[in-house]
Amino acid sequence: MNIKRFFAVFKARNIEFVRDKSSLGWNLFFPVLLLMGFSFIFSGDGRPAYKVGWVEEVENISDKTQHDTFTETKFIDFIDYEKIESAKAKLNRHAVDLVIAPQSKRYWINKESTKSYLVEKIFSDKLQGYTRLEISGKKIRYVDWVLPGILGMNMMFSCLFGVGYVIVRYRKNSVLKRLKATPLTALEFVAAQLLSRLFIVMFTSILVYAGCNFLFNFFMLGSYFDLFIIGMLGAFCLISLGLLVACRSKSDELIGGLLNVTSWPMMMLSGVWFSLEGSPSALQTFADFLPLTHLVAGAREVITQGATLSDISYHVNCLLLMSVIFLSIGSYLFSWNTER
Amino acid sequence: MSVAICVQELTKHYKGITAVRNISFNVEQGRCFGLLGPNGAGKTTTIELMEGIISPTSGNISYKNESAQGKKVDETTSQQIGIQFQHTALQDFLTVKETLNLFSSFYERTLPQEQLIELCDLNDFLNRDNRLLSGGQRQRLLLALALINDPEIIFLDEPTTGLDPHARRNFWQLINNIKAQNKTIILTTHYMDEAEQLCDDIVIMDQGEIIEAGTPHQLLNKHFNEVFIYLPTEQVPQILVAKNNWNKLEGQIEITTRNVEKTLAFLMSSKVSLAGLHVKSANLDDLFLKLTGNSLRGAK
Repeated sequence: MNIKRFFAVFKARNIEFVRDKSSLGWNLFFPVLLLMGFSFIFSGDGRPAYKVGWVEEVENISDKTQHDTFTETKFIDFIDYEKIESAKAKLNRHAVDLVIAPQSKRYWINKESTKSYLVEKIFSDKLQGYTRLEISGKKIRYVDWVLPGILGMNMMFSCLFGVGYVIVRYRKNSVLKRLKATPLTALEFVAAQLLSRLFIVMFTSILVYAGCNFLFNFFMLGSYFDLFIIGMLGAFCLISLGLLVACRSKSDELIGGLLNVTSWPMMMLSGVWFSLEGSPSALQTFADFLPLTHLVAGAREVITQGATLSDISYHVNCLLLMSVIFLSIGSYLFSWNTER
Repeated sequence: MSVAICVQELTKHYKGITAVRNISFNVEQGRCFGLLGPNGAGKTTTIELMEGIISPTSGNISYKNESAQGKKVDETTSQQIGIQFQHTALQDFLTVKETLNLFSSFYERTLPQEQLIELCDLNDFLNRDNRLLSGGQRQRLLLALALINDPEIIFLDEPTTGLDPHARRNFWQLINNIKAQNKTIILTTHYMDEAEQLCDDIVIMDQGEIIEAGTPHQLLNKHFNEVFIYLPTEQVPQILVAKNNWNKLEGQIEITTRNVEKTLAFLMSSKVSLAGLHVKSANLDDLFLKLTGNSLRGAK
């Protein structure tokens, strides 16, 4: 590995990207526009009624009378939780407005939530004799929830098309053939492409995140460092997948098809737009094999739950494992492909 | 004179096609070696085999007696050769200067950039985006990239295809300048005037095989000891043309002869006007037509 040659290709690729104004603009403004669109569309609560978490603390003992007393009130959704901690976590993020534990005669409100205040007033007569407890937590808007998905999706397109399509274009118009005729090795070329794209993707993603944060003041419970690491691992994994897809092809149309086949399932099934909770287990298992799933899930847990890298070690390990597999196969199969 | 490249029994098959069939030749150090032939003759395949860009089905190529076995040439060899492909693209959005810098970084030894810019006359468009270069400017840049490592051996694959006559002549001058530095040049072309101008040795290929090899002078002497006399058609009686079996070309009659004086005396005695007469000796175009029966420029 000759660092001088590697750095020259790395630099040339970065210059090419930065000077390609349309591509740069797309990478920077597309996610911002999406976030603005979603922020506008889902600016309302989107919920038709108040939500109350109902916790049966003791198994198999259900206080039917108490339950009915509360549920006779209209336009209130009651959601059953098995664990009080799960219900409190939802209350903390304003996903429910009140949590009632009838067996221990306790209830919780979120003191930062106006809805909590109102629901408590609605049930004030029925909550006589209950112990009032308070928690606090900032509301997670849909835009906060969808942010990791949109950033992840943007990274996915940039990684797959930025590596896959570019390598095939280079191969097709004989740029690779010209490079093959120099002392540059395949390892130096591939490493420069990978790291250049990683640098570009992380740089643009940070820029997009910072810009959008200025506009939307995103929710952030975890550490920015952890978010950066999971983002980088996800980008590296997706770039490796791009290399794998493009390792031999010389056809624009074929690579376009292959990249679409690779990206569309991830866009639909990796939790970009909606959670797969409650979907068939086969679908969830399939989604588990998609790198974007782990990037989005890991980032979302860091942002909305304050998870650390150790908490999301499953996602981290999946991304690392997939990167090694994609990179090994992609490098092994990589061809300058100059034979007619 | 020492041998720069030795090609032995080289064969290349593609799916169902034999592009090169068992060819052997030597390229001597410091000479300009021409691979000539019509489109599809196997010139580009041969030169790419020599460059190590593609692998031969069988046979061997050695650079200064070190076998390359047709694989990607080793780093030592690739540091010593320069290549200009027939079809190649450059990285988009880079300027000419940035492209020179990029390729400079690949080699241990490079020509001073000012010298290269001067040699290939790049000064006027040094800061221009590669995509905005004219055909001639682009070819000059590609030649500069081929020379960037001050190579001992330079491969030029149809370097003037698509250039206008003025740009072609400028390019020939550049190549002559390089020749003057005692570099070994391997050139493919289907322009015979180009080969006559530049090449010291030639092989003529057709359908993947070498059909003739030698210096242009040797080959012309071997195949032609006649000259051609041309006269306007209307000046030569048809009966004379038919009787002597002269060639009827468009608007003129071609007379092939070994003795010009005797033929001219015969024409005058036959009361043929010599107005508009011109005499031409055989060139490589004629040689190729004779050997292959194909028109070079219309062969595609």
